[in-house]
Amino acid sequence: MPSFPPEIWVPIRLTIELATITTLSLLIVATPLAWWLARSRAWFKEAAAAIVSLPMVLPPTVLGFYLLIALGPDGPGGAIAGLWGARTLAFTFTGLVIGSIISSMPFVVQPIRNAFAAIGDRPLEVAATLRASPRRAFWTVALPLASPGLLTGAVLGFAHTVGEFGVILMIGGNIPGRTRVMSTAIFDFVETMRWREANILAGGMVAFAFAVILSMILLEKRFARARA
Amino acid sequence: MKLTALVAAFGALLTSIAAPAKAGVTHVAVAANFTEPAREIAALFKEKTGHEAVLIFGASGAFYTQITHSAPFEVFLSADAERPQAAIDGGFAIADSRFTYAIGKLVLWSRVVDVTNGEAALKAGNFSKLSIANPVAAPYGTAAVETMNALGVYDALKPKIVQGNSIAQAFQFVDTRNAEVGFVALSQLHGVTEGTRWEVPPNLHAPIRQDAVLLKTGADSEASVAFLAFLKGPEARAIIEQFGYALE
Repeated sequence: MPSFPPEIWVPIRLTIELATITTLSLLIVATPLAWWLARSRAWFKEAAAAIVSLPMVLPPTVLGFYLLIALGPDGPGGAIAGLWGARTLAFTFTGLVIGSIISSMPFVVQPIRNAFAAIGDRPLEVAATLRASPRRAFWTVALPLASPGLLTGAVLGFAHTVGEFGVILMIGGNIPGRTRVMSTAIFDFVETMRWREANILAGGMVAFAFAVILSMILLEKRFARARA
Repeated sequence: MKLTALVAAFGALLTSIAAPAKAGVTHVAVAANFTEPAREIAALFKEKTGHEAVLIFGASGAFYTQITHSAPFEVFLSADAERPQAAIDGGFAIADSRFTYAIGKLVLWSRVVDVTNGEAALKAGNFSKLSIANPVAAPYGTAAVETMNALGVYDALKPKIVQGNSIAQAFQFVDTRNAEVGFVALSQLHGVTEGTRWEVPPNLHAPIRQDAVLLKTGADSEASVAFLAFLKGPEARAIIEQFGYALE
Protein backbone atom coordinates (compact mmCIF):
# COMPACT_ATOMS: atom_id res chain seq x y z
CA MET A 1 0.00 0.00 0.00
CA PRO A 2 2.60 2.66 0.95
CA SER A 3 4.38 2.14 -2.38
CA PHE A 4 1.32 3.46 -4.24
CA PRO A 5 1.40 7.11 -5.28
CA PRO A 6 -1.13 9.49 -3.64
CA GLU A 7 -3.35 9.50 -6.72
CA ILE A 8 -4.04 5.84 -6.01
CA TRP A 9 -4.37 5.73 -2.24
CA VAL A 10 -6.08 9.09 -1.71
CA PRO A 11 -9.19 7.93 -3.65
CA ILE A 12 -9.11 4.64 -1.73
CA ARG A 13 -8.99 6.43 1.63
CA LEU A 14 -11.70 8.86 0.54
CA THR A 15 -13.94 6.02 -0.66
CA ILE A 16 -13.62 4.20 2.66
CA GLU A 17 -14.39 7.42 4.56
CA LEU A 18 -17.41 8.13 2.38
CA ALA A 19 -18.78 4.60 2.68
CA THR A 20 -18.24 4.49 6.45
CA ILE A 21 -19.95 7.82 7.13
CA THR A 22 -22.77 6.97 4.72
CA THR A 23 -23.34 3.56 6.31
CA LEU A 24 -23.41 4.94 9.86
CA SER A 25 -25.82 7.72 8.84
CA LEU A 26 -27.97 5.20 7.01
CA LEU A 27 -28.22 2.89 10.03
CA ILE A 28 -29.45 5.84 12.11
CA VAL A 29 -31.97 6.96 9.47
CA ALA A 30 -32.98 3.60 8.02
CA THR A 31 -33.62 1.67 11.25
CA PRO A 32 -36.58 3.77 12.51
CA LEU A 33 -37.85 4.05 8.94
CA ALA A 34 -37.70 0.27 8.48
CA TRP A 35 -39.39 -0.23 11.85
CA TRP A 36 -42.23 2.05 10.81
CA LEU A 37 -42.53 0.34 7.41
CA ALA A 38 -42.65 -3.07 9.08
CA ARG A 39 -45.12 -2.19 11.85
CA SER A 40 -47.30 0.67 10.67
CA ARG A 41 -50.81 0.19 9.36
CA ALA A 42 -50.94 3.59 7.66
CA TRP A 43 -52.57 3.46 4.23
CA PHE A 44 -49.70 5.36 2.61
CA LYS A 45 -47.08 3.02 4.03
CA GLU A 46 -46.39 1.18 0.77
CA ALA A 47 -46.26 4.44 -1.16
CA ALA A 48 -43.55 5.59 1.26
CA ALA A 49 -41.76 2.26 0.78
CA ALA A 50 -41.90 2.76 -2.99
CA ILE A 51 -40.36 6.24 -2.69
CA VAL A 52 -37.52 4.86 -0.57
CA SER A 53 -36.89 2.18 -3.21
CA LEU A 54 -36.88 4.58 -6.18
CA PRO A 55 -33.07 4.91 -6.34
CA MET A 56 -32.88 1.17 -7.03
CA VAL A 57 -34.67 1.65 -10.32
CA LEU A 58 -33.78 5.19 -11.38
CA PRO A 59 -30.63 5.63 -13.40
CA PRO A 60 -27.88 7.48 -11.50
CA THR A 61 -28.13 10.25 -14.07
CA VAL A 62 -31.64 11.09 -12.84
CA LEU A 63 -30.49 11.20 -9.23
CA GLY A 64 -27.36 13.11 -10.20
CA PHE A 65 -29.31 15.64 -12.21
CA TYR A 66 -31.83 16.36 -9.47
CA LEU A 67 -29.13 16.39 -6.82
CA LEU A 68 -27.06 18.87 -8.81
CA ILE A 69 -30.03 21.22 -8.76
CA ALA A 70 -31.12 20.43 -5.18
CA LEU A 71 -27.62 20.86 -3.76
CA GLY A 72 -27.00 24.06 -5.73
CA PRO A 73 -27.71 27.71 -4.94
CA ASP A 74 -31.31 27.43 -6.17
CA GLY A 75 -32.07 24.39 -3.99
CA PRO A 76 -32.19 23.47 -0.30
CA GLY A 77 -28.51 22.46 -0.43
CA GLY A 78 -27.54 26.04 -1.19
CA ALA A 79 -29.57 27.24 1.79
CA ILE A 80 -27.81 24.76 4.09
CA ALA A 81 -24.41 25.67 2.64
CA GLY A 82 -25.25 29.31 3.35
CA LEU A 83 -25.10 28.52 7.09
CA TRP A 84 -21.30 28.41 6.81
CA GLY A 85 -21.04 30.96 4.02
CA ALA A 86 -20.77 28.58 1.09
CA ARG A 87 -23.02 28.70 -1.99
CA THR A 88 -23.52 25.07 -2.85
CA LEU A 89 -23.15 21.56 -1.49
CA ALA A 90 -22.13 20.24 -4.89
CA PHE A 91 -18.39 19.51 -5.16
CA THR A 92 -18.18 18.89 -1.39
CA PHE A 93 -17.69 15.75 0.65
CA THR A 94 -20.95 16.57 2.46
CA GLY A 95 -22.72 16.64 -0.89
CA LEU A 96 -21.35 13.20 -1.73
CA VAL A 97 -22.55 11.86 1.63
CA ILE A 98 -26.07 13.21 0.96
CA GLY A 99 -26.10 11.74 -2.54
CA SER A 100 -24.80 8.38 -1.30
CA ILE A 101 -27.33 8.22 1.54
CA ILE A 102 -30.18 8.69 -0.93
CA SER A 103 -28.91 6.27 -3.53
CA SER A 104 -27.94 3.54 -1.02
CA MET A 105 -31.04 3.94 1.18
CA PRO A 106 -33.12 1.08 -0.32
CA PHE A 107 -30.26 -1.39 0.10
CA VAL A 108 -30.24 -0.72 3.85
CA VAL A 109 -33.95 -0.22 4.53
CA GLN A 110 -35.12 -3.38 2.77
CA PRO A 111 -33.17 -6.01 4.76
CA ILE A 112 -33.87 -4.26 8.06
CA ARG A 113 -37.57 -4.01 7.28
CA ASN A 114 -37.67 -7.70 6.39
CA ALA A 115 -35.90 -8.58 9.63
CA PHE A 116 -38.38 -6.54 11.70
CA ALA A 117 -41.31 -8.07 9.85
CA ALA A 118 -39.96 -11.58 10.42
CA ILE A 119 -40.04 -11.11 14.19
CA GLY A 120 -43.81 -10.95 14.15
CA ASP A 121 -46.04 -9.67 16.98
CA ARG A 122 -45.46 -12.48 19.44
CA PRO A 123 -42.07 -11.55 21.04
CA LEU A 124 -43.24 -7.96 21.44
CA GLU A 125 -46.50 -9.07 23.05
CA VAL A 126 -44.56 -11.25 25.44
CA ALA A 127 -42.33 -8.29 26.26
CA ALA A 128 -45.41 -6.18 26.89
CA THR A 129 -46.88 -8.76 29.30
CA LEU A 130 -43.56 -8.62 31.14
CA ARG A 131 -44.24 -4.91 31.50
CA ALA A 132 -41.60 -3.74 29.08
CA SER A 133 -42.44 -0.34 27.63
CA PRO A 134 -42.67 -0.25 23.79
CA ARG A 135 -39.40 1.64 23.74
CA ARG A 136 -37.68 -0.89 25.95
CA ALA A 137 -39.12 -3.75 23.91
CA PHE A 138 -37.67 -2.18 20.77
CA TRP A 139 -34.17 -1.87 22.22
CA THR A 140 -34.02 -5.17 24.12
CA VAL A 141 -36.16 -7.46 21.96
CA ALA A 142 -36.75 -6.21 18.43
CA LEU A 143 -33.31 -4.78 17.71
CA PRO A 144 -31.31 -7.84 18.88
CA LEU A 145 -33.63 -10.16 16.96
CA ALA A 146 -33.25 -8.03 13.84
CA SER A 147 -29.46 -7.75 14.10
CA PRO A 148 -28.78 -10.06 11.13
CA GLY A 149 -30.90 -7.71 9.00
CA LEU A 150 -29.04 -4.70 10.33
CA LEU A 151 -25.73 -6.34 9.51
CA THR A 152 -26.88 -7.25 6.00
CA GLY A 153 -28.15 -3.70 5.47
CA ALA A 154 -24.89 -2.21 6.69
CA VAL A 155 -22.78 -4.42 4.43
CA LEU A 156 -24.97 -3.77 1.39
CA GLY A 157 -25.08 -0.01 2.09
CA PHE A 158 -21.31 0.14 2.45
CA ALA A 159 -20.73 -1.90 -0.70
CA HIS A 160 -23.23 0.05 -2.76
CA THR A 161 -21.65 3.35 -1.70
CA VAL A 162 -18.20 2.07 -2.67
CA GLY A 163 -19.64 1.11 -6.06
CA GLU A 164 -21.48 4.40 -6.59
CA PHE A 165 -20.35 6.11 -9.78
CA GLY A 166 -22.90 8.04 -11.79
CA VAL A 167 -24.21 10.24 -9.00
CA ILE A 168 -20.71 11.12 -7.84
CA LEU A 169 -19.54 11.86 -11.37
CA MET A 170 -22.42 14.29 -11.78
CA ILE A 171 -22.16 16.18 -8.48
CA GLY A 172 -18.54 15.68 -7.44
CA GLY A 173 -16.45 17.90 -9.69
CA ASN A 174 -13.57 15.39 -9.51
CA ILE A 175 -11.54 17.23 -6.86
CA PRO A 176 -8.53 15.19 -5.66
CA GLY A 177 -8.73 14.45 -1.95
CA ARG A 178 -12.30 15.69 -1.65
CA THR A 179 -14.61 14.25 -4.28
CA ARG A 180 -12.47 11.98 -6.47
CA VAL A 181 -13.37 8.53 -5.18
CA MET A 182 -12.23 5.16 -6.50
CA SER A 183 -14.93 4.72 -9.12
CA THR A 184 -14.39 8.17 -10.65
CA ALA A 185 -10.60 7.83 -10.40
CA ILE A 186 -10.82 4.59 -12.40
CA PHE A 187 -12.93 6.35 -15.03
CA ASP A 188 -10.32 9.11 -15.23
CA PHE A 189 -7.43 6.68 -15.56
CA VAL A 190 -9.20 4.78 -18.32
CA GLU A 191 -10.06 7.99 -20.18
CA THR A 192 -6.49 9.23 -20.04
CA MET A 193 -5.11 5.83 -21.03
CA ARG A 194 -3.33 5.20 -17.74
CA TRP A 195 -4.31 1.59 -17.67
CA ARG A 196 -1.74 0.47 -15.10
CA GLU A 197 -3.34 2.68 -12.43
CA ALA A 198 -6.83 1.79 -13.65
CA ASN A 199 -5.92 -1.87 -13.31
CA ILE A 200 -4.71 -1.51 -9.73
CA LEU A 201 -7.92 0.21 -8.60
CA ALA A 202 -10.29 -1.86 -10.73
CA GLY A 203 -8.65 -5.11 -9.60
CA GLY A 204 -9.04 -3.98 -6.01
CA MET A 205 -12.73 -3.27 -6.62
CA VAL A 206 -13.29 -6.75 -8.04
CA ALA A 207 -11.59 -8.36 -5.05
CA PHE A 208 -13.62 -6.17 -2.68
CA ALA A 209 -16.93 -6.95 -4.38
CA PHE A 210 -16.15 -10.67 -4.30
CA ALA A 211 -15.32 -10.52 -0.59
CA VAL A 212 -18.56 -8.65 0.16
CA ILE A 213 -20.80 -11.03 -1.73
CA LEU A 214 -19.08 -14.12 -0.37
CA SER A 215 -19.32 -12.86 3.21
CA MET A 216 -23.00 -12.06 2.67
CA ILE A 217 -23.68 -15.61 1.53
CA LEU A 218 -21.71 -17.10 4.42
CA LEU A 219 -23.40 -14.81 6.96
CA GLU A 220 -26.82 -15.73 5.67
CA LYS A 221 -26.00 -19.43 5.94
CA ARG A 222 -24.81 -18.99 9.48
CA PHE A 223 -27.90 -17.10 10.56
CA ALA A 224 -30.13 -19.63 8.88
CA ARG A 225 -28.38 -22.38 10.86
CA ALA A 226 -28.65 -20.37 14.08
CA ARG A 227 -32.41 -19.98 13.53
CA ALA A 228 -32.94 -23.64 12.78
CA MET B 1 -57.25 17.49 -58.53
CA LYS B 2 -57.66 15.12 -55.69
CA LEU B 3 -56.30 12.36 -57.82
CA THR B 4 -53.17 14.27 -58.81
CA ALA B 5 -52.52 15.04 -55.14
CA LEU B 6 -52.93 11.38 -54.37
CA VAL B 7 -50.58 10.38 -57.17
CA ALA B 8 -48.04 12.94 -56.00
CA ALA B 9 -48.28 11.68 -52.45
CA PHE B 10 -47.89 8.13 -53.66
CA GLY B 11 -44.87 9.14 -55.69
CA ALA B 12 -43.33 10.84 -52.69
CA LEU B 13 -43.99 7.75 -50.64
CA LEU B 14 -42.30 5.57 -53.25
CA THR B 15 -39.19 7.73 -53.38
CA SER B 16 -39.00 7.90 -49.61
CA ILE B 17 -39.13 4.12 -49.50
CA ALA B 18 -36.68 3.82 -52.34
CA ALA B 19 -34.22 6.38 -51.01
CA PRO B 20 -33.07 4.50 -47.91
CA ALA B 21 -32.40 1.42 -50.02
CA LYS B 22 -29.47 3.07 -51.74
CA ALA B 23 -28.65 5.50 -48.93
CA GLY B 24 -26.26 4.44 -46.25
CA VAL B 25 -25.82 4.97 -42.55
CA THR B 26 -22.69 6.27 -40.87
CA HIS B 27 -21.95 6.32 -37.16
CA VAL B 28 -20.17 9.46 -36.11
CA ALA B 29 -18.48 9.90 -32.74
CA VAL B 30 -18.81 13.61 -31.99
CA ALA B 31 -16.93 15.60 -29.36
CA ALA B 32 -19.39 17.00 -26.80
CA ASN B 33 -18.69 20.66 -27.66
CA PHE B 34 -19.75 20.08 -31.27
CA THR B 35 -23.15 18.61 -30.35
CA GLU B 36 -25.43 21.35 -31.70
CA PRO B 37 -23.68 22.11 -35.00
CA ALA B 38 -23.31 18.36 -35.62
CA ARG B 39 -27.07 17.93 -35.28
CA GLU B 40 -27.77 20.67 -37.80
CA ILE B 41 -25.14 19.37 -40.20
CA ALA B 42 -26.49 15.81 -39.94
CA ALA B 43 -30.02 17.01 -40.69
CA LEU B 44 -28.85 18.95 -43.74
CA PHE B 45 -26.65 16.05 -44.81
CA LYS B 46 -29.65 13.74 -44.81
CA GLU B 47 -31.71 16.26 -46.75
CA LYS B 48 -29.03 16.69 -49.43
CA THR B 49 -27.66 13.18 -49.77
CA GLY B 50 -30.25 10.83 -48.29
CA HIS B 51 -27.56 9.27 -46.13
CA GLU B 52 -28.14 9.11 -42.42
CA ALA B 53 -25.50 10.15 -39.91
CA VAL B 54 -26.11 8.61 -36.50
CA LEU B 55 -24.40 10.87 -33.96
CA ILE B 56 -22.87 9.65 -30.72
CA PHE B 57 -21.82 12.41 -28.33
CA GLY B 58 -19.15 12.21 -25.67
CA ALA B 59 -15.66 13.10 -24.50
CA SER B 60 -12.91 12.72 -27.09
CA GLY B 61 -10.71 10.82 -24.65
CA ALA B 62 -13.40 8.24 -24.01
CA PHE B 63 -14.06 7.91 -27.75
CA TYR B 64 -10.41 7.33 -28.48
CA THR B 65 -10.25 4.51 -25.92
CA GLN B 66 -13.40 3.00 -27.41
CA ILE B 67 -12.07 3.29 -30.97
CA THR B 68 -8.91 1.41 -30.01
CA HIS B 69 -11.26 -1.31 -28.77
CA SER B 70 -13.22 -1.66 -32.02
CA ALA B 71 -16.12 0.67 -31.24
CA PRO B 72 -18.70 0.64 -34.06
CA PHE B 73 -17.97 4.17 -35.31
CA GLU B 74 -16.95 5.05 -38.84
CA VAL B 75 -16.14 8.73 -38.41
CA PHE B 76 -14.49 10.51 -35.47
CA LEU B 77 -14.96 14.24 -34.90
CA SER B 78 -12.51 14.90 -32.09
CA ALA B 79 -12.18 18.00 -29.94
CA ASP B 80 -8.44 17.96 -30.56
CA ALA B 81 -5.84 17.11 -33.18
CA GLU B 82 -3.85 14.60 -31.10
CA ARG B 83 -6.39 11.82 -30.85
CA PRO B 84 -7.20 11.58 -34.56
CA GLN B 85 -3.45 11.49 -35.19
CA ALA B 86 -3.06 8.80 -32.54
CA ALA B 87 -5.86 6.83 -34.21
CA ILE B 88 -3.92 7.04 -37.50
CA ASP B 89 -0.65 6.06 -35.83
CA GLY B 90 -2.33 3.14 -34.14
CA GLY B 91 -3.74 1.89 -37.44
CA PHE B 92 -7.37 2.65 -36.57
CA ALA B 93 -7.88 5.50 -39.04
CA ILE B 94 -7.08 6.44 -42.64
CA ALA B 95 -4.06 8.73 -42.78
CA ASP B 96 -5.00 11.13 -45.58
CA SER B 97 -8.57 11.61 -44.36
CA ARG B 98 -7.63 13.85 -41.43
CA PHE B 99 -8.51 17.56 -41.58
CA THR B 100 -9.36 20.41 -39.21
CA TYR B 101 -13.12 20.89 -39.33
CA ALA B 102 -13.29 23.63 -36.69
CA ILE B 103 -11.12 25.71 -34.40
CA GLY B 104 -12.66 26.06 -30.98
CA LYS B 105 -13.03 29.30 -29.08
CA LEU B 106 -12.72 29.31 -25.32
CA VAL B 107 -14.99 31.54 -23.24
CA LEU B 108 -15.10 32.46 -19.58
CA TRP B 109 -18.76 32.44 -18.60
CA SER B 110 -20.67 33.27 -15.43
CA ARG B 111 -24.27 33.55 -14.32
CA VAL B 112 -23.31 35.03 -10.96
CA VAL B 113 -20.43 37.49 -11.23
CA ASP B 114 -19.47 39.95 -13.95
CA VAL B 115 -16.75 38.48 -16.14
CA THR B 116 -17.00 40.94 -19.02
CA ASN B 117 -13.40 41.78 -18.21
CA GLY B 118 -12.35 38.18 -17.73
CA GLU B 119 -8.71 38.85 -17.01
CA ALA B 120 -9.57 41.19 -14.14
CA ALA B 121 -12.24 38.81 -12.85
CA LEU B 122 -9.79 35.89 -12.80
CA LYS B 123 -7.14 37.98 -11.05
CA ALA B 124 -9.65 39.26 -8.47
CA GLY B 125 -10.91 35.72 -7.86
CA ASN B 126 -14.22 36.77 -6.31
CA PHE B 127 -15.77 33.34 -6.64
CA SER B 128 -15.52 30.04 -4.79
CA LYS B 129 -15.72 27.54 -7.67
CA LEU B 130 -14.31 27.67 -11.18
CA SER B 131 -15.48 24.95 -13.52
CA ILE B 132 -13.29 23.55 -16.31
CA ALA B 133 -13.29 20.38 -18.38
CA ASN B 134 -10.86 17.67 -17.29
CA PRO B 135 -7.55 19.12 -18.59
CA VAL B 136 -6.01 15.71 -19.18
CA ALA B 137 -8.89 14.28 -21.18
CA ALA B 138 -10.55 17.33 -22.78
CA PRO B 139 -8.80 19.94 -24.98
CA TYR B 140 -10.95 22.81 -23.72
CA GLY B 141 -9.77 21.92 -20.22
CA THR B 142 -6.15 22.01 -21.37
CA ALA B 143 -6.74 25.41 -23.00
CA ALA B 144 -8.36 26.68 -19.79
CA VAL B 145 -5.30 25.69 -17.76
CA GLU B 146 -2.97 27.23 -20.37
CA THR B 147 -4.98 30.45 -20.21
CA MET B 148 -4.77 30.66 -16.44
CA ASN B 149 -1.05 29.94 -16.60
CA ALA B 150 -0.55 32.64 -19.22
CA LEU B 151 -2.34 35.11 -16.94
CA GLY B 152 -0.32 33.93 -13.94
CA VAL B 153 -3.41 33.04 -11.92
CA TYR B 154 -3.37 29.23 -12.11
CA ASP B 155 -1.72 28.58 -8.74
CA ALA B 156 -4.03 31.02 -6.98
CA LEU B 157 -7.15 29.54 -8.61
CA LYS B 158 -6.18 25.88 -8.38
CA PRO B 159 -8.02 25.22 -5.07
CA LYS B 160 -11.22 26.61 -6.62
CA ILE B 161 -11.19 24.41 -9.71
CA VAL B 162 -13.87 21.78 -10.18
CA GLN B 163 -13.65 19.47 -13.16
CA GLY B 164 -16.35 18.28 -15.47
CA ASN B 165 -15.72 15.02 -17.22
CA SER B 166 -16.35 16.76 -20.54
CA ILE B 167 -16.90 20.36 -21.64
CA ALA B 168 -20.64 19.59 -21.53
CA GLN B 169 -20.43 18.93 -17.81
CA ALA B 170 -18.24 21.98 -17.22
CA PHE B 171 -21.02 23.99 -18.86
CA GLN B 172 -23.68 22.28 -16.73
CA PHE B 173 -21.90 23.24 -13.49
CA VAL B 174 -21.96 26.92 -14.49
CA ASP B 175 -25.47 26.74 -15.91
CA THR B 176 -26.87 25.36 -12.62
CA ARG B 177 -24.82 28.08 -10.85
CA ASN B 178 -23.11 25.47 -8.69
CA ALA B 179 -19.89 27.01 -9.98
CA GLU B 180 -19.96 30.80 -10.28
CA VAL B 181 -17.60 30.88 -13.24
CA GLY B 182 -16.29 28.43 -15.77
CA PHE B 183 -14.40 27.98 -19.01
CA VAL B 184 -16.74 26.70 -21.69
CA ALA B 185 -16.81 26.50 -25.48
CA LEU B 186 -18.26 29.48 -27.34
CA SER B 187 -20.38 27.01 -29.33
CA GLN B 188 -22.18 26.04 -26.13
CA LEU B 189 -23.29 29.63 -25.60
CA HIS B 190 -25.01 29.73 -28.99
CA GLY B 191 -28.47 31.13 -28.27
CA VAL B 192 -27.65 31.70 -24.59
CA THR B 193 -28.32 35.23 -23.40
CA GLU B 194 -27.90 34.76 -19.64
CA GLY B 195 -24.86 35.82 -17.71
CA THR B 196 -21.73 37.59 -18.74
CA ARG B 197 -18.93 36.24 -20.89
CA TRP B 198 -15.37 36.92 -21.92
CA GLU B 199 -13.93 35.47 -25.09
CA VAL B 200 -10.42 34.33 -24.26
CA PRO B 201 -7.89 35.97 -26.61
CA PRO B 202 -6.49 33.18 -28.83
CA ASN B 203 -2.89 34.08 -27.98
CA LEU B 204 -3.35 32.87 -24.38
CA HIS B 205 -3.56 29.21 -25.32
CA ALA B 206 -2.59 26.83 -28.10
CA PRO B 207 -5.31 26.75 -30.78
CA ILE B 208 -8.03 24.19 -30.14
CA ARG B 209 -7.84 22.46 -33.51
CA GLN B 210 -10.66 20.00 -33.83
CA ASP B 211 -9.79 17.31 -36.33
CA ALA B 212 -11.99 14.82 -38.10
CA VAL B 213 -10.81 11.48 -39.37
CA LEU B 214 -12.24 8.54 -41.29
CA LEU B 215 -11.85 5.35 -39.30
CA LYS B 216 -10.75 2.09 -40.91
CA THR B 217 -14.22 0.68 -40.20
CA GLY B 218 -15.66 3.33 -42.53
CA ALA B 219 -13.17 3.01 -45.39
CA ASP B 220 -15.67 1.25 -47.64
CA SER B 221 -18.73 3.09 -46.38
CA GLU B 222 -20.13 5.49 -48.96
CA ALA B 223 -22.12 7.39 -46.33
CA SER B 224 -19.06 7.92 -44.13
CA VAL B 225 -16.91 9.25 -46.97
CA ALA B 226 -19.81 11.45 -48.06
CA PHE B 227 -20.26 12.81 -44.55
CA LEU B 228 -16.64 13.93 -44.32
CA ALA B 229 -16.87 15.52 -47.78
CA PHE B 230 -20.05 17.30 -46.70
CA LEU B 231 -18.33 18.52 -43.53
CA LYS B 232 -15.70 20.22 -45.68
CA GLY B 233 -18.30 21.84 -47.91
CA PRO B 234 -19.66 25.40 -47.81
CA GLU B 235 -23.02 24.51 -46.22
CA ALA B 236 -21.44 22.76 -43.24
CA ARG B 237 -18.80 25.46 -42.90
CA ALA B 238 -21.51 28.11 -42.67
CA ILE B 239 -23.16 26.22 -39.82
CA ILE B 240 -19.83 25.71 -38.06
CA GLU B 241 -19.00 29.42 -38.22
CA GLN B 242 -22.46 30.38 -37.12
CA PHE B 243 -21.93 28.37 -33.92
CA GLY B 244 -18.86 30.36 -33.01
CA TYR B 245 -15.96 28.33 -34.35
CA ALA B 246 -13.13 29.63 -36.46
CA LEU B 247 -12.17 27.85 -39.67
CA GLU B 248 -8.85 27.22 -41.36
